[in-house]
Amino acid sequence: MKIAVCVSHVPDTAAKINIGSDGKTLDPNGVTFIVNPYDEFAVEEALKTKEKIGGETVAISLGTDANKETLRKVLAMGIDNAVLLKDNNYRDSISVAKALAEEIKAQNAELVFFGKQSVDFDNSVVGQLTAEFLGYNCISVVVSFSLEGNKITCEREIEGGKEIVETTLPALITAQKGLNEPRYASLKGIMAAKKKEIIEKQPTAANNSVEIISMKKPAPKQAGKILGTDATAVPELVRLLRQEAKVI
Amino acid sequence: MANKILVFIEQRNGKIKKSSLEAIKAASDMAQKLSGSVEAISIGNEIENLENVGGFGAGKVIHFKNADLENYSPSAYADIIAKYSSENSIDIFFFAASSMGKDLAPRVAVKTDSGLAMDCISLNCEANNVVATRPIYAGKALIDVKLASPKKVFALRPNVFNSGAPTDKKAEVSTVNVGTPNLSVKVIDIKKSEGKIDVAEADIIVSGGRGMKGPEHFKLVEDLAEVLGAASGASRAVVDAGWRPHSEQVGQTGKTVSPSLYVALGISGAIQHLAGMRSSKYIVAINKDKDAPIFQVADYGIAGDVFEVVPAMIEEIKKIKS
Ligand SMILES: Cc1cc2nc3c(=O)[nH]c(=O)nc-3n(C[C@H](O)[C@H](O)[C@H](O)COP(=O)(O)OP(=O)(O)OC[C@H]3O[C@@H](n4cnc5c(N)ncnc54)[C@H](O)[C@@H]3O)c2cc1C
Repeated sequence: MKIAVCVSHVPDTAAKINIGSDGKTLDPNGVTFIVNPYDEFAVEEALKTKEKIGGETVAISLGTDANKETLRKVLAMGIDNAVLLKDNNYRDSISVAKALAEEIKAQNAELVFFGKQSVDFDNSVVGQLTAEFLGYNCISVVVSFSLEGNKITCEREIEGGKEIVETTLPALITAQKGLNEPRYASLKGIMAAKKKEIIEKQPTAANNSVEIISMKKPAPKQAGKILGTDATAVPELVRLLRQEAKVI
Repeated sequence: MANKILVFIEQRNGKIKKSSLEAIKAASDMAQKLSGSVEAISIGNEIENLENVGGFGAGKVIHFKNADLENYSPSAYADIIAKYSSENSIDIFFFAASSMGKDLAPRVAVKTDSGLAMDCISLNCEANNVVATRPIYAGKALIDVKLASPKKVFALRPNVFNSGAPTDKKAEVSTVNVGTPNLSVKVIDIKKSEGKIDVAEADIIVSGGRGMKGPEHFKLVEDLAEVLGAASGASRAVVDAGWRPHSEQVGQTGKTVSPSLYVALGISGAIQHLAGMRSSKYIVAINKDKDAPIFQVADYGIAGDVFEVVPAMIEEIKKIKS
């Protein structure tokens, strides 16, 4: 079976975010990019599944040449093949999902893993959207995954607990932290990844409905009051919470 | 355009979620600005007090009923909403961006060929179109977006929009019995985390970090949470150390929260942690390092030892509450 995993290339979570001069985009100067943290869980689950049932894994990323760095990293973790859907332009989630769905179809992958959220635009929807375009069953925010024959059982994190969800192949799963412990790339993996070809393709042009009017930084929070250095400050703290903030 | 807005009412165990009431109120405010109308759709088995959503601005509710729909089924729920909306020419959909809403809204967007804006924290109206503000990069930036598509889906971050007090208007409820729902994806059971409030839904959160020194001291975090009626949360450092479950992690790779009060105990305030909680209405920090970054976002702080300050807080709060 062919297993696909879709990965995105995102600013490091520790990065300071600055807005570009157009007032609508991120200023990439000085920002390091990483494999989207949730996608590492997706990659790990794809690898584990292949180890169990055999088959072939392919990683797909949509974006610019810079995304090759992320594709190399997941190849080094053990993914067999990589495809870059090359697009230098802005795409909204729906346009991203359409392009990914076309490639997954072309790859004939029956099982697909995504991260539950890309930590750049934080929409948490590209997996579900892609599944809809493919007509695949989809379970999102998954913390445990099992595949027996055609049948999939997952635990999905919700407020205050977990849902146990069942479905069948073909399916798309979005990974939440807790699903597994992503492996580190081995030296051998890193060497092998360097030699692998990243296949470049041109996705269908975007048809965006989300128009970004402006991007800005949130108003800075005013630093508050340090009321003291020990327990003697507690009555004043509690008084402020009750009378000034009115939250307790 | 008629600007017919449909709000999805989320229920768990037959009870309507607070975040859905917030969405109904926000939809009804938007409908006024757009000269539109608001109706609501619910899916499940028995649901308590559906007519009360009238008090938040939905004139009518269509309830799709089937015992197999008591638990969430993405396939069935999305099909029902899409079918209803095409038969009733719905233009705009509102969801709460809860775990169910985040899963369902994108499916409905594809099925109805709508544009999609997730996790909105503010909605305005310009030239008869909705302008939504949403956080990106874990809240380090905000974007204003509008949707160019004729049909639109908005999902609203829970705990941000105020549902206000209800009026005594009742909604007209009609029930449709669903024959055979599409259960190709089906929730067969729910495992509840025992008796605890989830950080994602809590109005007050008390979180502990590495400054708590060990898993055995989280009793102190839980005790303070208990007197405040709060949920307990955690930094990633203590989740990764195995002291606390991942479901409690607040931050960029945990949960994003906006409670009215967030209390950080022995948490330094790393950028990834701040990302998940900086939109809380009030923040209190207890940390023995007065230069810890958490104090830059805290409204009130004590630069002291948690083991001394927290027991005193518990006593003081007990005193004023009794
Ligand atoms: C990709 C990525 C994603 C991440 N996502 C998240 C996330 O979602 N959430 C998150 O929280 N972190 C996240 N992090 C980790 C983050 O960078 C920090 O490492 C983490 O938040 C630190 O946790 P902490 O504040 O508990 O520990 P520390 O930074 O070690 O801080 C402990 C604090 O306790 C104080 N202290 C010690 N003893 C006492 C005492 N007796 N009384 C009072 N104060 C005391 C110290 O002064 C210190 O400020 C992420 C990191 C990466 C790389």
